[in-house]
Amino acid sequence: MAWYIGRRLLQMIPVFIGATLLIYAMVFLVPGDPILALAGDKGMSDALHDQLVAQYHLDDPFLVQYLHYLQGILTLDFGTTYSGRDVGDVMRDVFPVTFQLAVMALIFEGVFGIGFGLIAGLRKGKIFDSTMLVASLVVIAIPTFVLGFVLQYVVGVKWGLLPPTVGSDVSVKTLLMPAIVLGSVSFAYVLRLTRTSVAENLSADYVRTATAKGLARGRVVRVHVLRNSLIPVITFLGADLGALMAGAIVTEGIFNINGVGGTLYHAILTSQGPTVVSITTILVIVYIFANLAVDLLYAVLDPRIRYA
Amino acid sequence: MREPTTRPDQHHFFADLDETPLLGVDAVDEHAAPASMWQDAWRNLRRRVLFWISAVLIVLVLAVAIVPSLFTSIDPNANDACDLSHSLEGPSAGHLMGYTFQGCDVYARVVYGARPSITVGVLTTIIVVLIGVAVGALAGFYGGWFDSLLSRVTDIFFAIPFVLAAIVVMSSLKAHRGVITVIIVLGVFGWPQVARITRGAVLGLKNSDFVTASTALGTTRMTTLRRHILPNAAAPIIVYATVALGTFIVAEATLSFLGIGLPPSVISWGADISQAQRNIRTDPMVLFWPAAALAITVLSFIMMGDVVRDALDPKARKR
Repeated sequence: MAWYIGRRLLQMIPVFIGATLLIYAMVFLVPGDPILALAGDKGMSDALHDQLVAQYHLDDPFLVQYLHYLQGILTLDFGTTYSGRDVGDVMRDVFPVTFQLAVMALIFEGVFGIGFGLIAGLRKGKIFDSTMLVASLVVIAIPTFVLGFVLQYVVGVKWGLLPPTVGSDVSVKTLLMPAIVLGSVSFAYVLRLTRTSVAENLSADYVRTATAKGLARGRVVRVHVLRNSLIPVITFLGADLGALMAGAIVTEGIFNINGVGGTLYHAILTSQGPTVVSITTILVIVYIFANLAVDLLYAVLDPRIRYA
Repeated sequence: MREPTTRPDQHHFFADLDETPLLGVDAVDEHAAPASMWQDAWRNLRRRVLFWISAVLIVLVLAVAIVPSLFTSIDPNANDACDLSHSLEGPSAGHLMGYTFQGCDVYARVVYGARPSITVGVLTTIIVVLIGVAVGALAGFYGGWFDSLLSRVTDIFFAIPFVLAAIVVMSSLKAHRGVITVIIVLGVFGWPQVARITRGAVLGLKNSDFVTASTALGTTRMTTLRRHILPNAAAPIIVYATVALGTFIVAEATLSFLGIGLPPSVISWGADISQAQRNIRTDPMVLFWPAAALAITVLSFIMMGDVVRDALDPKARKR
């Protein structure tokens, strides 16, 4: 197991370097003046322009620029926002909010996705199953920002059941609706994954054996089918935690949540290019580590992986 | 033994099959059409209601995208298309969905919004499939250090969340916004999944007997890959591509919604939803129509991918 962890950690290094190099190249190697491009339509003063050129070492060759940037990441120096705050400090403030939102979304999609998926899988081909399959496709087809606005309007404004925006009041109640919106697409995937996995395992030999030796159906489902079916689902949920934190940009923007995504959303809208790059780098790092954690989790859950 | 030439559609599979069940199947299917994988899938598909619903929707959306003028007499791109005096007016004769805040006809904008979305979806899918199949097939077929190299490159692109990457790159490309830019950016970050699927399929096929037979007959490796392996690996790629087309349309709408996708000169559902959102409390229907068009378009593609996957996979079929 230690050997497996070591190998996975080593494999992460080229991925990390490649991913940061890719982001950096895509943002700073575009034709024209990258500083002016990052400033967008507003333009900027010559003094700020010169300062940014110096800050990003844009007079140096590309690889030297990149190494400066990499050095910044490794020393946890992510630069400052236009308003002069340290990006690292901003992240420390907003990260817990995003984490809470992502965990709530994860609980939502886990509980409802596995629940509905299990029932659909046990009743494969019946009306409940067919309805769930089509309904989950509809959920996947509705973009997050559309679902966000509709729920915000109907539940938040028209019915007044839940607060329509979050702002500075971060609690389970205010984050409930955003969490459902954020987790909706993954909820549909979890449902479909559980359903397929359960349906497949139901016809496995060990299930027939368990039934043949006289186990009650409830016990067969709980102990044998569900446990084996949940391995791919748990892996998906683990990977999704990283994806949810990285993907909360639109949701946090709509519900005015002061999280990582909301900060990124406002940085994009106000054309704060360097801040956008810094936050993205942090999110990619979170995403890579989340995937690593999932691989390790998978190796723990399924011993066959370790020896492959 | 039956001559293989009597079932020309199956020559890829012949070496794979055991003789006895083959004879058994032939005895039953003597007068029926030969059942290749795709024909078998088609027989299953044409009985599925969902297949016909999504097929009709896809044809309709494509028709709207190709000739929008057939569906509305109003050209929303004309200079006098919008009249501020109609701002947020409700539906009336000839203007079924009412007017936007700028006094433009909502129905005409919904109709003309199809083309940019479909263009981005279709062209991005083509780029993604071309890159992904090339990388995945070469990595899987040649193996060794070449496979390791290509797989690591795929991992790098895979490590960056797709929409996040598109948002960052598009926000720095604001000055060069356009349909082409969106397609290139989505294409550059969208191919790793196709590469992984292709590599897996090629790895599973390259030790098949029909590949050995082809090599033994003196076929070059490239030809074997192109003529024998890829056609048999096509099914999962086609299924993924159909679903991906829908997700690329969502990605474009999300970018346009954030104001970093298509430029304002191009009518886009995402941008229209973003505009309508400001008046959602008084006029929610202005937001509803482009959102519904977007969701139905995406749904038709992912539903098509889903039923085709079911039809190609006998295990997943309803019994």
